[in-house]
This record gives sequence, C-alpha cells and structure tokens, in this order.
Amino acid sequence: MDLVEFLVKTVTIVAVFGLTLLIAMYSTWAERKVAGFIQDRSGPNRAGWGGLLQPLADAGKMFFKEDFIPALANKWLFIAGPSLAMLTALLASAVIPFGSTFRIAGHEVALQGVESNIGILYVFGVVALGVYGIMVGGWASNNKFSLLGAIRAASQNISYEVAMGLSLIAILMMSSSLSLGEIVAQQHGMNWNIFYQPLGFIIFITCSFAECNRVPFDLPECETELVGGYHTEYGSMKLGFYLFAEYINMFISSAIISVLYFGGYNYPGMDFVYAQLVKSFGPDTGHNIATLIGTAVFFGKALFFVFFYMWVRWTIPRFRYDQLMNLGWKKLIPLAIFNIIITGAAVLFLKPVITAWLN
Amino acid sequence: MQLTNRSKQVSNKEMTLAERAYLPAIATGLAITIKHFFSKKVTIQYPEVKRYLGPVFRGRHILKRDAEGRERCTACGLCAVACPAEAISMVAAEREKGEENLYREEKYAAVYEVNMLRCIFCGLCEEACPKQAVYLRHDEFVPVFTERDQVIWGKDLLVEDMNNRYTREAWTKEEARALDAKRASGEVTNVVPRAIP
Repeated sequence: MDLVEFLVKTVTIVAVFGLTLLIAMYSTWAERKVAGFIQDRSGPNRAGWGGLLQPLADAGKMFFKEDFIPALANKWLFIAGPSLAMLTALLASAVIPFGSTFRIAGHEVALQGVESNIGILYVFGVVALGVYGIMVGGWASNNKFSLLGAIRAASQNISYEVAMGLSLIAILMMSSSLSLGEIVAQQHGMNWNIFYQPLGFIIFITCSFAECNRVPFDLPECETELVGGYHTEYGSMKLGFYLFAEYINMFISSAIISVLYFGGYNYPGMDFVYAQLVKSFGPDTGHNIATLIGTAVFFGKALFFVFFYMWVRWTIPRFRYDQLMNLGWKKLIPLAIFNIIITGAAVLFLKPVITAWLN
Repeated sequence: MQLTNRSKQVSNKEMTLAERAYLPAIATGLAITIKHFFSKKVTIQYPEVKRYLGPVFRGRHILKRDAEGRERCTACGLCAVACPAEAISMVAAEREKGEENLYREEKYAAVYEVNMLRCIFCGLCEEACPKQAVYLRHDEFVPVFTERDQVIWGKDLLVEDMNNRYTREAWTKEEARALDAKRASGEVTNVVPRAIP
C-alpha cells in the first residue's frame, strides 16, 4: 500500500466517522423535535435557532455530571461496557458505500471507508458484537435490574439476528455477492430490491428495530419494569455513550436498509443526469457532481429511515416480552424461510421465463 | 346506561388475518401520528407570549388609593387576621395635620408588609377588607425572586401608582384582547403592567 492510498483511506475513514457522529448527534435533537411535533408540541426551541444547539447543551450537561461508579460494580468492565457499545456502533459505518467514486487528479476515490468483498458479513459480525456492550455493562453494574435488562437485550438480539440473517439470504441469492458496493451497483437506476423483496424488507426492518433496541422492542430499558434497564447504574458521559451508541446504530441500520433495499445512491434517471453533467462539465467534474448528487440521494434515503424510526417510536406501544419472543421465533423466522423458498423458486423458474419474454 | 354515542361494545371474537398481521393497524397509527406532525402546535411560547388568565385571577397584591390619590388602608388588621398563611403584617399610625391628601382616614398603615413566600394567594384579605384597599391583581404575578430581601414586599412595592392605576377592565377574553390591541397602539396607557422590581 503506498502512501497516497493510505492517506486517502485515512481521510475517508475520518470523514465517515465524523459524519456518523454528527448525524447521531443531530438525531437526538431530531428525535425530540419529532416527538414534540407528533404530540402537537414544538419540541426544544430555546438553545439556538430552533433548538439546534440542544445536542451541544446536552453533551455539556453529560460531561459535567458526576462520573459515578458504584462501589460493588466491576470497575474495569463498568467502563468497558459503554466503550464497547460505542466502538461496535461506529465500526459498522466503515463498509457502507455512501456514493460511487470521486475522480481527483486521476485517482478514483471510492466514497466508502473499506471496499470489502464480505461487506454485509462484516456488518453482521459487528452488529452481533454490539450486544457485548450492553451485556458487559449490565453485568458489571452489579444490579438486578441492569442484569435483567442486559439479559433481555442479549436474548432479543440473538433471536432477531436469526430472522434478520434469513431475510438477508434472499437478497444474497439475488445479488450473488456479499459486497455492499456490488449490491448497490446491481440496483442501478430504479432496479431496487424492495420491488423484488417486499416481504424480506418488512422482516428486515422489523428485525433492525429489535437490533437497535428501539420502540416497540425497547424492552432492555423498559422503565416500568426495569427502572432504567441495562443503564440503570450509569450516569454522566458513560450513560451518554450508551444513548449515543443507540442513535449511531439507528443511522447505520437506516443506511444499511437503504443500501440493501432502496438502491443506496441510485435514483431513477441517473444515467441521463450523468450524461448531461459529463457533457456540460467534462468527464472529471461532471462525474464528481453526479457522485455528489448520488450521495445526497443516499443520505436522503437513510435520513428518511431515521425519521421512520422516530415516527414509529411515537406511534406504537412497547411489546410484552412473550409477544416479542413469539413474534421473533414463531412468525418472523418461518416467514423468512418462506421468503427464501419463494425467492429461490423465482430465481430458478420465473427469472428465465421473464428474461426470455423480455427479449 | 348510555352516556355518549361513542361507546363501543367489547367483543372477544377471533381476530381476522389482517388484524393478526398487525401491520394494517400500524399503518393506521402512523397515518394518525403524521397527521399530528403537520397540525398546528398548541404550545404558547411563555415568556414572550402570555395567556390571559381571566378577570378573577389572583396575582400579586396592590394597596389601592381612592380617586383623589389617598391611601384607602386604615390598618384595621382584618386582612392580617383573615390571612390563613399569616403573611401580612402592619404597623398603624395616626394621620398628622397636613397629611389629609395622603391618607383617607385618621389612621393609616405606616408599614404594610406581605411575605410573598408565605402568601398562598387565596384572596381572603381581599374579602376581609372593609375599605376596598387590598386587592390581588389579575394581570401581574409575583416575579421570581433570587434574594432573601426580595421576599417581603413593603409599601413601596404594594401601594398603587396614580400614574398607572390598576383597573380590572377586561372581564372577558375578547375585552382583554381588545385592550391588548389598544395598549399596543398606545390608546390606553393606564393598564400597562407596572415595571416589576
């Protein structure tokens, strides 16, 4: 690896990292704003214009609170918990393709931290690690409520990962690639996976709600039963990290949803736009502007799903624990397997027929 | 017994497939919440916009003067007796010669103090007063205080300012709005809330 490539990668990774943090930060503001608007209120509007400085005020408050560690807690693990949650949440953003490529001085720079040919597998691995942050934190707190919350989180994540993976298999059968860049490239134009996999999409989005511990699956922090759930004993910035990790996860999973099902940076008529831009600005600048438009489209999709998360949160009440498990094991997994069979049959029998008919 | 026509019969019938799938119900719920997302907000931006609280709201106290600007209070102490929170205290004094334009009767309150931490704003002092001297204003609150010496209000804060007399003019919301409009256009000046220390 030469120096230029190394620098380019460093800059991309730092940019992706910063962008993820920024979006997660403003998601906390947006969550409160959306909550307010849905409840006929106006939400935070005192700190800065429209409350835009609210995340800074919240972070400042978190930093200046007493950093308390309970006497009987396992100190090392107590600190490791939120750090792990934050680390695993941020790791997943590395493989997301935010756009196609930039052409700078003859170099093709991909708008993706790491182009990996097992991208989606990597995301899955990292997301599965995410449960450690919660489990370690809950266990280290030495508090029954924390432990119960952590156990709930762990069992919930493990249960829903199965259905999530199965719903993904249908996508992989169609794309025959694990690379996120490749999956996006295959959905060129309006050829989005959502039109082929509506059932798979519903299963996937339900599971991602459960994986992010969001309403209606936020049982790990069910206040009425568990005080604060796994972060009962946490305060100051350690609590802040847990809450922040949730918002990062939310953005990452929204990005993954738009990559897998909604074509990432693809939009209808992109070839026409690309041709026009190249014609009027030349091959390099035109290409870069087209990439920027694609990236904007990608962020539009991802942010819509972040909004959708919030929208659902302020609409649906929380599930009961047995309902959660029933839904995961008895409904979603059979449905996902059914979806695989349907997709397999369609790929085997329907696709040749349709291709023949179209030609 | 039917109280409203909105009541629904509870039934334990088997749910249909659409109901069991739960997704149509979620879609309905999402439609309702997004409708509220775009609806008008009910919030009143408090320090900038204040609600009219009605003519019978009991705010801060005022010691009225009569039409000639003489203090009405005779320091009879009935308000202090009536006060359930024992917030009012006073010292009576006899009117001297030459003070007839200051005090309405021969006896007056040299000191009249209300402890605003004790006061529960019940309005019993208002009712007890035989001279219509003490009132609770309907248009001003006791402002937030941050120092101990701001708690007890003396006559300097309580006695009515003749240039800015307190009248309970607006008895309905519409009248209050009309008055607000007049106040904004400068037609009425006597109802502008006095600057609160």
